[in-house]
Amino acid sequence: MRPLSAEPRYFAQPGQRRVAVNAARPSRRDPAPSRLAFRLQRLWLTPLVRSVTRIGLPVFAVVLGLGLWLGDDGRRADIVAKYEDIKTQIQNRPEFRVSLLKIEGAGPEVDEAIRAMLPVHLPASSFDIDLAAYRETITRLDAVADAALVIRPGGTLQVTVTERTPAILWRTPTGLEMLDAGGHRVATLIDRAARPDLPLIAGEGADAAVPEALAVLRAAQPILNRARGLVRMGERRWDLVLDRDQRILLPAADPVRAVERLIALDTAEDLLDRDFTHLDLRNQNRPTIRLSAQALEQFRAITGQATKVKATQ
Amino acid sequence: MTDLYDTQRAMRAMRKAAMQRGVIALLDIGTSKIACLVLRFDPDTGLSAPETIGSLAGQSTFRVIGAATTRSRGVRFGEIDAMAETERAIRTVVQAAQKMANTRVDHVIVSFAGAGPRSYGLAGEVEVAGSHVDEQDVARVLASCDMPPIGQGREVLHAHPVNFALDHRSGLGDPRGHVGKRLAADMHLLTVDADAIQNLIYCIRRCDLELAGIASSAYVSGLSALVEDEQELGSACIDMGGGATGVSIFMKKHMIFADAVRLGGDHITRDIAAGLQVPMAVAERIKTFHGGVHATGMDDREQIELSGNSGDWEKDRRQVSRAELIGIIRPRVEEILDDVRALLDAAGFEHLPSQQIVLTGGCSQIPGLDGLAARILGQNVRLGRPLRVQGLPQAATGPAFASAVGLALFAAHPQDEWWDFEIPAERLGGRSLKRAFRWFKANW
Repeated sequence: MRPLSAEPRYFAQPGQRRVAVNAARPSRRDPAPSRLAFRLQRLWLTPLVRSVTRIGLPVFAVVLGLGLWLGDDGRRADIVAKYEDIKTQIQNRPEFRVSLLKIEGAGPEVDEAIRAMLPVHLPASSFDIDLAAYRETITRLDAVADAALVIRPGGTLQVTVTERTPAILWRTPTGLEMLDAGGHRVATLIDRAARPDLPLIAGEGADAAVPEALAVLRAAQPILNRARGLVRMGERRWDLVLDRDQRILLPAADPVRAVERLIALDTAEDLLDRDFTHLDLRNQNRPTIRLSAQALEQFRAITGQATKVKATQ
Repeated sequence: MTDLYDTQRAMRAMRKAAMQRGVIALLDIGTSKIACLVLRFDPDTGLSAPETIGSLAGQSTFRVIGAATTRSRGVRFGEIDAMAETERAIRTVVQAAQKMANTRVDHVIVSFAGAGPRSYGLAGEVEVAGSHVDEQDVARVLASCDMPPIGQGREVLHAHPVNFALDHRSGLGDPRGHVGKRLAADMHLLTVDADAIQNLIYCIRRCDLELAGIASSAYVSGLSALVEDEQELGSACIDMGGGATGVSIFMKKHMIFADAVRLGGDHITRDIAAGLQVPMAVAERIKTFHGGVHATGMDDREQIELSGNSGDWEKDRRQVSRAELIGIIRPRVEEILDDVRALLDAAGFEHLPSQQIVLTGGCSQIPGLDGLAARILGQNVRLGRPLRVQGLPQAATGPAFASAVGLALFAAHPQDEWWDFEIPAERLGGRSLKRAFRWFKANW
């Protein structure tokens, strides 16, 4: 029977050393596996055993080793400290350093305030500056409408501020406030004379209706030289206060139209030059006028009512 | 008899389990070598009906994923002689095959050549119960075959129903559903020594393997070495192994006779070793490289160097001519072929329509054997190699692996044997429930 793998040719060249074929060496190893080896190999070829040994055991060993090693508190703290150390080192590299705060679009007071509010002392790492929180702080300033914060390369923290522009003055019991067109407080004004260009409003809740007030004032442009300001009444409607203690009571709904009507009346009949204290435009069908005491007397004298009154008296 | 029935059924169940797991080992225990193939069965696609064999004669369903061979130890005349040695050899070969297949094999189908196989032809006849032949009729006709006296200590290895006859029609492959009155069956029974099987089972158990089937080596090498026409028309497969030469006769795709001559290639080696006074290993080598059965004038001039380890330089440096070697080999080969001839004559081989003879097995590789066999056995002689199956290594395609490859075919598609049919209802004392069910079905 021919063996599956042929041995080297048996008959070599004459003179060459002959190898005794199958010389019965005394300690010839038995090629058969022992029962144990056979069983072990079969066990090893079992898929479950194989996968457990090749995946399960290493994973178990690694997890166990790590668990044991990390079981010690000191070691864990060491690792955390090391990690923090490396983190700090990286954060403190010069590439991440912010050394300059540049503010655009802010007046000197706001500029000052923003600089004062910077949570860290420059120079600092850019990782230490919480831009979102800083922006939140900046926009909490009344004078600031919006702010954009960018860290520019080269270590510059640039803050671009949009300031609120004061549009109106609001007299409150505590003092004089400047409001912007939306009614948001901008700043406190010490002296009315500092901003004579701004119209004045007063009354409780007046800041909530600033756009309406501005509309009313725009409509009252022709008589504005006489107007002293607007007063919010009952947080629902406006009174236009003129000099000579005259008051024009505007309706809660659509005061602009009432003002336009007033202007028309004034143009036609010089209404505002008359001697009255109150002009009530709240009922648009029936504008009512309250004369001053002196005018009322005159009126009565003219119409002859005074005598009658006297007579009845 | 019932014991055997149960054993064989258990082995069939084991084979089914192995098919489900997908891996099965085939072990051909020969006298000169033990070969092991590991088959992997592809999962059933479910496209083909379970009854059909499938494409490529069913070979597309399996693939050889491991093959190993080792020198046999402790086997003589194709039967186990020294148990411990054989067990070691089986362990060696199974381990190597497992390593190549990279999988664990639990089920094994074994074939062996020896153990004195003996063939019996059985005939049975029975009246068909209903109008059609059904499974129970087949079971009854198989049960009606009278058991020949197979002798004490013999065991049935194969029991193939080879022919069914219904009334005057014979040669039915599958009588189920046919209309008829009298059903007759012919059965071929192959018995071997029970001790040999017991030894085999013991060896396999010792190797932690489950036995999923036992086959006669002559039968399975016939399955692989004979082509389909030869199996159909009648032919003999002569499996010339190391210690035994198996003879199986096929007709209509069924084995109708099997026997073995207790002579083989190892005897030729012994003759050479004795005649030339060389060690057995050297004799085997000389036989393999220089053997032949026809001496020519050229062979007188071809000198073969002998070697030995006797220490006598003169003895170890002898030379013999190839003619002398042939002079030793040829009488033994003639003796083997004569014995085969006697077996074929006893089996009535000359009455078959086609008398093809196929030589296979390791010993059939002797140059010129077909010419010599043609003189002794008859003119229709050819050398047979096993069928090609998927994944078989080139080293295992030679005629020496005919029975190993045949085992693969046997494992994939075993022919129906007696124990694959239903048990006749009369013999089922315990299964009264089934009988009650039948009664119920018949009366309602």
